[in-house]
Amino acid sequence: MATVELRFSALPEHVRTARLVAAAVARRAGVDEAVLDEVRLAVGEACTRAVGLHLSNGVEAPVRVILTEEEKKFSIEVGDESPTSAALAPGSHPETDDEAEGEDEMGLAVISGLVDDVEVTTSETGGVIRMSWPTSPQPLVS
Amino acid sequence: MDLSLSTRTVDDRTVVEVGGEIDVYTAPKLREQLVELVNDGNYHLVVDMEGVDFLDSTGLGVLVGGLKRVRAHEGSLRLVCNQERILKIFRITGLTKVFPIHTSVEDAVAATD
Repeated sequence: MATVELRFSALPEHVRTARLVAAAVARRAGVDEAVLDEVRLAVGEACTRAVGLHLSNGVEAPVRVILTEEEKKFSIEVGDESPTSAALAPGSHPETDDEAEGEDEMGLAVISGLVDDVEVTTSETGGVIRMSWPTSPQPLVS
Repeated sequence: MDLSLSTRTVDDRTVVEVGGEIDVYTAPKLREQLVELVNDGNYHLVVDMEGVDFLDSTGLGVLVGGLKRVRAHEGSLRLVCNQERILKIFRITGLTKVFPIHTSVEDAVAATD
């Protein structure tokens, strides 16, 4: 079961909320302080991409963020429900203006540059970006 | 935290001081500011990022867009940044080769190609 699950309307103003929640849960899960900036950035990039896909395809469903604390790792899944998610995978060139297309590819470039364990899957019903970070055991609070 | 923007002129350069978070929500404001400056004939820009707490690829896209616009007028866009967490994003995307990045506004204003 997910430690924390978040669903938000696909609007740019909510991406910051997703970043803050993800960083807070990651900190609690024992992700190293030095890595929290990376978690914040990577989840922001994944949510930004999902919001963009929903908005450009008129998908009204919310964007889902699943934060899971596991034994030795903390994982984040960001899922979109855009049917054209697959068509926007890296390497394809949809008909958008140069800047928007560049941003989408740059978002994925940032994620793959930041996160060692990352997996991007796409299907007809949407796409999922899965990322994980190692955690260190936390001392018990007495 | 929201995005704050202020501009001032130093010699023949226009310095844009940016503060707060540049993300998918706030980046359009930065884009508007850069477009407006270029439309008003300011082709040599220095973007001071020392007050920026967060930058994502949307923000990078806006900066690249700004660079394209000033270059169309043979202008320049220089960045001022000393924060490792922001510099890292430029490095992993290869943009350190695209933008001149300076350690101070004085240095950026004095620089020539």
